[in-house]
Amino acid sequence: MLRLALKMLLGDRAKYIMLVGGLTFSALLMTQQRAVFTGLVSWTTSHMRNMRASIWVVEHRVEQVNETKALRDTDVNRVRSVSTVDYAVPLFQGVLKARAADGSDKQIQLIGLHAGTLKGRPTVMVEGGEEGLERLRIANNVVVDVLASKRLAAGLGRPLQIGDTFEINDREARVVGICKTEPHFFGYPYVFSSYDQALQYAPRQRKMLSMILAEPKEGHSAEEVAQQISNETGLRAYTVPEFEKATVDWVWKNTGIPVSFLTTIILGFVVGVAVAGQTFYSFVLENLKHLGALKAMGASNGLISAMLFVQAMTVGLIGYGMGVGLTAVFGFIVRPIGQPPFVISIETLVGTLFSILVICTLAALFGILKVARLEPAVVFRG
Amino acid sequence: MKTETNGSNSNGAASELAIDARSIVKVFGLGDARTVALKGANFSARQGELHLVVGPSGCGKTTLLSVVAGTLNWDEGKVQVFGTSLDGMKRSEITDFRRRNVGFIFQQFNLIPTLNLIENISVPLLLNGIRRRTAEDKAGELLKRVGLAGKETKRPTQLSGGQQQRVAIARALVHEPRLVICDEPTSALDSETGHQIMDLLTTAARAPGRCVVIVTHDPRVYSYADRITQMEDGRVMAVLDGEPLQQFVHSTH
Repeated sequence: MLRLALKMLLGDRAKYIMLVGGLTFSALLMTQQRAVFTGLVSWTTSHMRNMRASIWVVEHRVEQVNETKALRDTDVNRVRSVSTVDYAVPLFQGVLKARAADGSDKQIQLIGLHAGTLKGRPTVMVEGGEEGLERLRIANNVVVDVLASKRLAAGLGRPLQIGDTFEINDREARVVGICKTEPHFFGYPYVFSSYDQALQYAPRQRKMLSMILAEPKEGHSAEEVAQQISNETGLRAYTVPEFEKATVDWVWKNTGIPVSFLTTIILGFVVGVAVAGQTFYSFVLENLKHLGALKAMGASNGLISAMLFVQAMTVGLIGYGMGVGLTAVFGFIVRPIGQPPFVISIETLVGTLFSILVICTLAALFGILKVARLEPAVVFRG
Repeated sequence: MKTETNGSNSNGAASELAIDARSIVKVFGLGDARTVALKGANFSARQGELHLVVGPSGCGKTTLLSVVAGTLNWDEGKVQVFGTSLDGMKRSEITDFRRRNVGFIFQQFNLIPTLNLIENISVPLLLNGIRRRTAEDKAGELLKRVGLAGKETKRPTQLSGGQQQRVAIARALVHEPRLVICDEPTSALDSETGHQIMDLLTTAARAPGRCVVIVTHDPRVYSYADRITQMEDGRVMAVLDGEPLQQFVHSTH
């Protein structure tokens, strides 16, 4: 009977197409918006993937990785003095203005790395290689990311290359390497220099140390060492997962981004319920006399409910597949451009599947309630 | 002519009765909308007979048919079908009973338009748990018996009204039910097709242990009846057979 139920559904082409279309749109909206949101959230923590370190030490009021409250220079030594710390190095991070070739000012994310270790250096070099990174120790030398090489090239007619110069805060910066980074949450291009050079570029302030990057001694976990640093220095030491979670939590609490995405996702759900519910209900109404005839012939409410459920779930799964497929096509199109951020996680796929199944269950329930109340004798009334 | 008084009929012993419905009362609606559709109606039909229920519109024929078919609850009275009392049966038990014992033929055929003829006919067998292959083989045999061999994969909408009603008959008989309930089976058909359908139903009624009950307005088919129950205003007014039946048939022509 379930096979016949599917034939009944597929035989009504108009309703079938409308149901699948509505559910496809709903799945597309929910998956695409969630993928963009996931991508955007991943950008908030890209800093930590662009500058790898096990422990990030910050001023105790800092809540997320994109926030800076300067530390005292002596804090580096305080962290180094913690017995389980293998080594700790200073890091500068700040948003500065850089002047492109055409004289226009562009904002950049300047990262100052400890010259001795270059801890936090970019992991993927596109041009200049390891030698370019080593040359960061020389005055005025910088490594820029691909985005900076394009954005600061305004007026050049080509991206920045090794050997090109531009100005950061009226001081010369010479490109010695080009690296690949994950996009920054605020969209700034990355420029890497040595820590001392960064202090030269940045406007002078009483405290210039942004963060301290640390590694645990062998045999000690990052969690344990971070806890010890926090306890002994009064600074806030985060492991990578902790800092990522704190950053994402901060975005949820302090920005309207999740609400706006959530609104669209809910809208997708509501559209799905409205379109699928209404169409499926009208499909049931149009087939009411046939369903009544089946009841008269001895089909139980359970069997008819199962038939309606199978019909609803079938269009649901087809709509889900098509919606996710279209989202994937969207992803393939935008991925090379890099905008908007786009990450389809397994949670997104499972979440959309669950939502679509809920939509289909609701749609089926409308019909099931109608049929359950149907007297089989209705088939004798004209 | 026998004017009904107590619901028994003189032509058969109780053991031969297919349907024995006594003092049936059915009320629809409440308050001002309250309508008494059956006012203590008595009805019986015997095994092996083709029994017509006739009467003016709104007299309660279809309500009576729905009650004895187990598709409608009634408020008072007792109903026995092939010796099984439907009184106090749970809804699921009545559904099981219908599935095994009752075949239905409707005025508007009620074939599922998106299924082909074989699939439509095999529905009662599938509902009874018969495997698809077996059900479709049996449906094919029935389709042959109603003269539509070769049209197995056609959809109902590709057939004439008469052909659709033949398919409906095949569907009603495919699981070999003991009781076949027909609601105005010829009213949507021309005279010639109506007679063909009645021939099929008469043959079906002759199967051992089977009873065919037909509600109809169509005087063209009265001559096929073994007995006729006349209804009026929610009551059975008369049960006709023998000479009175012949006289009634002639008078309506």
